[in-house]
Amino acid sequence: MKSLAELAAIREKMQNKVVLREGSGDVRVVVGMATCGIAAGARPVLNAFVEEVNNAGLSDKVTVTQTGCIGICQFEPVVEVFEAGKDKVTYVKMTPEKAKEVVEKHLKGGKVITDYVVKDI
Amino acid sequence: MKELSLNILDIAQNSVKAKASKVEILLDETEELLTVAIRDDGCGMEPGFLAAVTDPFTTTRTTRNVGLGIPLFKLASEQTGGSFSISSRDEKNFPLDHGTETKASFYKNNIDYTPLGDVISTVTVLIQGAPEIRWVYRHSLPGGEVALDTDELKAVLGDVPLSAPEVIAWIASYLEEQYAEAGGTSA
Repeated sequence: MKSLAELAAIREKMQNKVVLREGSGDVRVVVGMATCGIAAGARPVLNAFVEEVNNAGLSDKVTVTQTGCIGICQFEPVVEVFEAGKDKVTYVKMTPEKAKEVVEKHLKGGKVITDYVVKDI
Repeated sequence: MKELSLNILDIAQNSVKAKASKVEILLDETEELLTVAIRDDGCGMEPGFLAAVTDPFTTTRTTRNVGLGIPLFKLASEQTGGSFSISSRDEKNFPLDHGTETKASFYKNNIDYTPLGDVISTVTVLIQGAPEIRWVYRHSLPGGEVALDTDELKAVLGDVPLSAPEVIAWIASYLEEQYAEAGGTSA
């Protein structure tokens, strides 16, 4: 059975990392989580980003957050990537598989996956 | 919505938007009936807005004038023969005791019952998105109870944020184990 003691162990392990994390967040991944997004499958997409960003060791650099309706409900699940000094990238009709790819190629590799992007919005 | 847990996620996002400091998600389940209550201490709704809130053409969203969250939740319950209610006390009229409670019941044996689905994901997504809120989750099942209070976790975690991926993963397996002991999430 999981216990709070185990959680305390996580704290011990993470305290040093947390210091590093302060003032980070160069990259923000924002998942639309209004009714439209949720109904279209945003929940597993968000989970995939949280997991994959962590697996890729990018948690210090990339913050995964949620927002409300972005206004293009027909393209949900919608994910926006904000990076300092660069244009916002809007990925549409996302799936957990595409999320994994975005983490690999875009967040890690620095290359926008244009096939999943919608332009001029 | 394909799962009731998605409706729950959607309704609880309203509590986040209402700037609640505490949100309770309470599920009470028997063999026949599932009752869901989402209670917050957020800004509440004024009586006029509250009266219209189950109407799809009532919304706070600014991107369009249709809001389907509450109507969909109400429909999901009523199509099983269950009932839906929402009550609210707005901040202006009740400065010391405001908030909203949304309640719905579902007859599980009805053919139009939507399965609860992955409720653990709903809880972790809510905590990840709004770690500053105190989340209280409780699900009473015929075989036991599943419970989580983020205040208890925060007391252990200290400076480590609730939204840290390691913590979120721990919360998911913590709930999974409780469900296994309580006889699993019933469809």
